Amino acid sequence: MGYPHPIHPRETPVLSQHFGQAAARTYTGWVERGGYQALRKAIGMAPDDIIAEVKASGLRGRGGAGFPTGLKWSFMPKDDGKPHYLCCNADESEPGTFKDREVMRWTPHALIEGCAIAQLAIRADVTYIYIRGEFTEPYHVMQRALAEAYAEGVLGANALGSGKRIDMVIHRGAGAYICGEETAMMNSIEGRRGNPRIKPPFPAVAGLFGQPTTINNVETLAAVPAIINRGAAWYAGLSLSSPKSTGTKLISVCGHVQRPGTYEITLGFPMKDLIYDLCGGMRPGRTLKAVIPGGSSVPIMTPDEVEACPTDYEGIVAHGSMLGSGGMIVMDDSTDLVYQIMRLARFYAHESCAQCTNCREGTAWTTRILERMLAGEGKQSDLDLLLDLSDQMTGKTICVLSDSCAAPVVSGIHKFRADFDACLSRVRPAVMAGV
Amino acid sequence: MTAHGTTPHQPIFAGDVLAKLEALYPKYPDKRSVLLPALWLVQEARGWVSDDAVREVAERLDLTPSYVRGVLTFYTMYHKHPVGRHFIQVCTTSPCGMCGAEDVARTLVEHSGCGDLGATSPDGRFTVIEVECLGACGFPTPILIDDDFIESVTPERVPELLARYP
Ligand SMILES: Cc1cc2nc3c(=O)[nH]c(=O)nc-3n(C[C@H](O)[C@H](O)[C@H](O)COP(=O)(O)O)c2cc1C
Ligand code: FES
Repeated sequence: MGYPHPIHPRETPVLSQHFGQAAARTYTGWVERGGYQALRKAIGMAPDDIIAEVKASGLRGRGGAGFPTGLKWSFMPKDDGKPHYLCCNADESEPGTFKDREVMRWTPHALIEGCAIAQLAIRADVTYIYIRGEFTEPYHVMQRALAEAYAEGVLGANALGSGKRIDMVIHRGAGAYICGEETAMMNSIEGRRGNPRIKPPFPAVAGLFGQPTTINNVETLAAVPAIINRGAAWYAGLSLSSPKSTGTKLISVCGHVQRPGTYEITLGFPMKDLIYDLCGGMRPGRTLKAVIPGGSSVPIMTPDEVEACPTDYEGIVAHGSMLGSGGMIVMDDSTDLVYQIMRLARFYAHESCAQCTNCREGTAWTTRILERMLAGEGKQSDLDLLLDLSDQMTGKTICVLSDSCAAPVVSGIHKFRADFDACLSRVRPAVMAGV
Repeated sequence: MTAHGTTPHQPIFAGDVLAKLEALYPKYPDKRSVLLPALWLVQEARGWVSDDAVREVAERLDLTPSYVRGVLTFYTMYHKHPVGRHFIQVCTTSPCGMCGAEDVARTLVEHSGCGDLGATSPDGRFTVIEVECLGACGFPTPILIDDDFIESVTPERVPELLARYP
């Protein structure tokens, strides 16, 4: 549902159907809503059959990269005698993204169930659920639900009476966007600074505590119980566009729309209808200027690009951006893109872990140049300088935080040149005279 | 707060807090992994993480104080210095900034008496800091007062909200 709004008739509520119902948070309430049947079923399945089912569903990672989930799980070694781990990524810190918190706040048992099933599939010993430190309410709700799941025998040494052991630990972050990057998260769980690691080795070979590890986003894992319950074919059938984009996606919409919130759509749903119909469009008297569709790390779209864009992995790429996390930032014609891009660059500069030079220096310099332009001290050559800098920041670092800072800058300069020109024309006369 | 060197450090890990620490060990394969939760326990008990606390944590987890400090300083939510009785975090990242967050931040700084972002009010009641995205971008402006996550804060609501935190 479009939390905090009632379900819109054009939504497809699978994950969100119980959002807003306090009773769904409890074990009893969850069981009354059909909870833990999927886990029971999965316990009776061979791990490889669970993986095959998830593969066939077409489910792709909902954390940003869109990697096929079943395929990721199949990379985990079998019968290697080593401990295996699952990490649930609940660090949700990408500007514009606020969907995972609704899953945790309203349906904590859906996440626990999804983690438990994934744990069986990849033969993991423990799931670590990494929740960002600022998420105080989701943290408490998840803690309570986890304690209940243990008390009710869903988890523990004899999960649902199966004789199988399923363990889960909630690990609280402490303020660092970078810990959402999978290898940084592993370091953070291990009691280290949250610096991303160089890959390879990939997590399925050597991840958390040096052991085979899978990491998935909250929404990805929470989607698994429905797939096991209702079957891969049902899930794969949920698609309005490409067969490569199946299922439903939570889209959190913020910025200048009338009804910001988290909406659940079938992939392929027209982006324009999402903005104008579900979210009620712009505020009165305003028109659409720009959309960042997948969290702040993806390129900015123009209204023309939005016009015929299906909201799915391939469609958004074809229309100039990426689905990313599904955190949509909508901006109307009152927005100064240069200012907003500066503010995003400042975010990345603040969050850079500082281990790669191009990121540490690049994010800081990008911010400074944009600040200088906004202060009326910009030069025409600053645009080339920014593009050159962005080029040096793309594909050259251990993780993609640096690339993420460059994306809005490059797309902003190319697609919203008028805002940059207007900013440069506000240059103070003293600067023009070279004083 | 005690002046450096005048009052001996009272151990943090005793009684309940020690029991909570010990309950964490079985959840991880090694002691180092208990570091982040242990620092949270310190901050809950004392309000901030002092040098003495760093030494105590290091001792408990078989780490060196400099290692602990290196990790501590990476994470922005741990207080390396004492802060006001109520700690306020306000998001001003773009999605909130576009919807008036900077006015909220300014009003918080003024009404709390802090005078400046990052500063503590002279009566020791509040510290206000600006933070990046709190993951509630659809409800501008979200703020955290201690552990209370409050959404849709406007400048008008600020006086009433602050009054709830004596
Ligand atoms: C800087 C950075 C921050 C990230 N933050 C998050 C995050 O907060 N949540 C998330 O699920 N994935 C985040 N990711 C993506 C993860 O690295 C990883 O791809 C994802 O958790 C995999 O799960 P999925 O396959 O289920 O999407 C981030 C990546 C980068 C580079
Ligand atoms: S930008 Fe303010 S909560 Fe995300």
